Amino acid sequence: MLDLATPTISERSALKINPAKTCQPIGAMYAALGIHSCMPHSHGSQGCCAYHRSHLTRHFKEPVAATTSSFTEGASVFGGMANLQQALINIFSIYNPEVVAVHTTCLSEVIGDDIPTIIKKAREEGKIPEGKTVIHANTPSFVGSNVTGYSNMCVGIVNYLAEKTGESTDAINIFPGWLDPSDMRELKRLADELGVKYTLCPDTSDVLDLPQTGVYEMYPKGGTPVEAIKRMGDAIKTVALGEFTAHPAAQKLNDKCGVPFEALDAPIGLTNTDLYIDALRRIAEVDVPASIDAERGRLLDVIQDIGQYFHEVPVAIFGDPDHVVAMTRFAIELGLKPKYIFSGATGRAFENRVNAILDGRFPDAIVKQQGDLFELHERIKADPVKLILGNTYGKHIGRAENIPLVRFGFPILDRVGHRLFPTVGYRGAMHLVEKISDALLDQRDRTCPEEWFELVQ
Amino acid sequence: MPHDDIEILEERRNQVFRKGEGAAEIACGKRSAAGSVSQRACVFCGSRVVLYPIADALHVVHGPIGCAAYTWDIRGAHSSGPQLHRNSFSTDLQEKDVIFGGEKKLAAALRELIAACSPKAAFVYSTCITGLIGDDVDAVCKTISKEAGIPVIPVESPGFSGTKKDGYRAACEAIYKLIGTGDISGISPHSINLLGEFNIAGETWIMKDYFRRIGIQVVSCISGDGRVDEIRRCHGAKLNLVQCSGSMTHLAKRLNDEYGIPFQRISFFGIEDTAAAIYGAAGVFGDPEIESRARDLVKQELLKIQPELRRYRKILKGKKAAIYVGGAFKAFSLVRALRSLGMRTVLVGSQTGNPQDYEQLKELCDPGTVIVDDSNPLELAKFCLEKDVDLFIGGVKERPIAYKLGIGFCDHNHERKEALAGFEGMLNFAKEVHASVMSPVWNYVPRRANRKQERMAA
Repeated sequence: MLDLATPTISERSALKINPAKTCQPIGAMYAALGIHSCMPHSHGSQGCCAYHRSHLTRHFKEPVAATTSSFTEGASVFGGMANLQQALINIFSIYNPEVVAVHTTCLSEVIGDDIPTIIKKAREEGKIPEGKTVIHANTPSFVGSNVTGYSNMCVGIVNYLAEKTGESTDAINIFPGWLDPSDMRELKRLADELGVKYTLCPDTSDVLDLPQTGVYEMYPKGGTPVEAIKRMGDAIKTVALGEFTAHPAAQKLNDKCGVPFEALDAPIGLTNTDLYIDALRRIAEVDVPASIDAERGRLLDVIQDIGQYFHEVPVAIFGDPDHVVAMTRFAIELGLKPKYIFSGATGRAFENRVNAILDGRFPDAIVKQQGDLFELHERIKADPVKLILGNTYGKHIGRAENIPLVRFGFPILDRVGHRLFPTVGYRGAMHLVEKISDALLDQRDRTCPEEWFELVQ
Repeated sequence: MPHDDIEILEERRNQVFRKGEGAAEIACGKRSAAGSVSQRACVFCGSRVVLYPIADALHVVHGPIGCAAYTWDIRGAHSSGPQLHRNSFSTDLQEKDVIFGGEKKLAAALRELIAACSPKAAFVYSTCITGLIGDDVDAVCKTISKEAGIPVIPVESPGFSGTKKDGYRAACEAIYKLIGTGDISGISPHSINLLGEFNIAGETWIMKDYFRRIGIQVVSCISGDGRVDEIRRCHGAKLNLVQCSGSMTHLAKRLNDEYGIPFQRISFFGIEDTAAAIYGAAGVFGDPEIESRARDLVKQELLKIQPELRRYRKILKGKKAAIYVGGAFKAFSLVRALRSLGMRTVLVGSQTGNPQDYEQLKELCDPGTVIVDDSNPLELAKFCLEKDVDLFIGGVKERPIAYKLGIGFCDHNHERKEALAGFEGMLNFAKEVHASVMSPVWNYVPRRANRKQERMAA
């Protein structure tokens, strides 16, 4: 257990302790896995690729294949062109993907490798087989965070692939932002239930939530096919779910192909799901079926049933910005009291967005971008909360301070539920209500004085 | 892609060998081919895993956030005291630092941390970026060391500057800077250091207990449950035992050359190897009492575990295993340990083995065994199915591949949760292998279900 923090908030000028973020390339790798038959390629040292694969594997408990340019001293002096060209030859000849999605690393960025030129040259020299696609995104590790990398790859996907032919597809584009495969599956289920025609991109369901089949497939059936991505330029509208991981790609598609977009938050909780459903309904001009109304009603019902235990319970929420923004709104809907709202991501946009949601109702709340878990721990020690909503890294604080942690976001390295059950949509919200109430009541049952221990709650 | 369509990358042909087919030497120690899905990592990773368990030192990663984030508390290298090593400290280099240099930031970070944590020493890891922008990490370390009065040691680990093995070497060099700076008075003439032992799941404690019982003092374990002050005086020990030879042979050689301390490559995995390690160490001191206590210890421990081991052996006999691990020396032990459970190794490989290692593996394995260096998921999957294995022993990236194929799995890497070293470790190993290979779930997965149908049809 890590318990280095003290109740005083230390002034630090040059240091992150126990970060609440990681670097761009892992986000790019994750986004690329949401393209069908795509090999993510890390243009840098071997370690980056190995770390990202291991980290994603720990979260998804699935094989994650990605290739690397395996930089050497030589490449770092003379540039990585030869490595990338050789890599492309090897990847297509042995692993045979439809798409290779190249992302850069701090190393190749500082060297200044010009990826578009290298790809162009490789194509001219016949190193990329006919009909195969190579795309790229710049993802320097010293700028932004993992969510920036995810977003940059999504922008790259649009940039390289989306086309406007002028012939409408009558479909809606959905950029889901950084969500788990279970969430992407739920977004699609809701859209299907509404009877809406859509393209979800990227889509990691059926890529990183595979059933046991007895076969290891490097390219499982899931992922958005290149053909479908191309046609996104002819959609009627785009719905983008998350300011930090989805809006930039929607903006790019608007700029490139003139597809307008609705900028929403991740559909976590009641209102955020309402907004998602409503956007799809309005754009596609369909009625919301009774089945979805009933789901919404069941969510309301369960909040009523158990909501008394949520009332004004102080909560710390931390993680990636889109997750935290959406979760903050849901926490308020449940009657919880947001106290510390932290993201490791950089930029005032996060603080502004959260403050808009808090709307002055929680004057004591501390909202922080570029935060780290050491500071969060210091603050919790100084003035505790009763619940932590965040990723696995919160478990040290939870144990040290005896506060229940409900795991949510990325990464979750020590539990399995996130792979199976969504957090988005009304069903996802019901699942979260269950997890939060279980956590609070289990804690109460474990710690309350004997005379307060009760059978019925 | 069906598995039988998978070819071996042309550049990798010499990195795969089938025992009984020709006498070609396996090519290894090569950098991975660009574009391969290698299971290997980088120089930084090598340094970080070796030094990580030194529990009362600061470990500051000078680079962008990722290098620190991915190595934050991922290794179950337990400490019986301080937990400082489990934190993640990063200078979180930003664009402006890349342009203007990160030396000032590093100095400030070290000052703040040393004031807050009072560590015994600090290790400063350089990363790709610091290697490239030319920060003078050595100079910063020197300045801070003088100011703070503790060793502040630069670790030369830019990711691109070699393979993971070079990272091990950089870690050994960093450790070497501590050695020789402590007081060696009071060290027993019957004393050892354990090198390349990382206390994953508490394994160091098992070994230390054995040596305590036979009357051998363990001066320092590098680096499991490691302490700076112990490392500073480890040159007072009379013998070095090297468990993870891939990472620490370099340090053992330096200690041999410069302090005249002999070393033995040992392994505490499996009954035979554990007994050999204990007898080997006990024999060095020429003290019949130690040797006799060693014999007693081995006898007692064997008696404790044998009845249960026999039960597992009966069940596991004839099952087939694949091994893919970091270092080759561990692979030897695993082949033997599996053999003592009645199991056959049909596929074995490592990320970092050297030519001698692979020669030894060839001798050790049965004919037909596939031996690979620096493999990738497709190759591993192909050979697993071809050999129809029941168990895969590997690390984090191999686990889900094995499960997808419907094969049992045992983590013998950083993420093992049960101690697998020593005699009780052998029993734990047998339990783990048994739990995975005999899990009821395999009755329902397609691979086995089909087999059952085929049997019935026949």
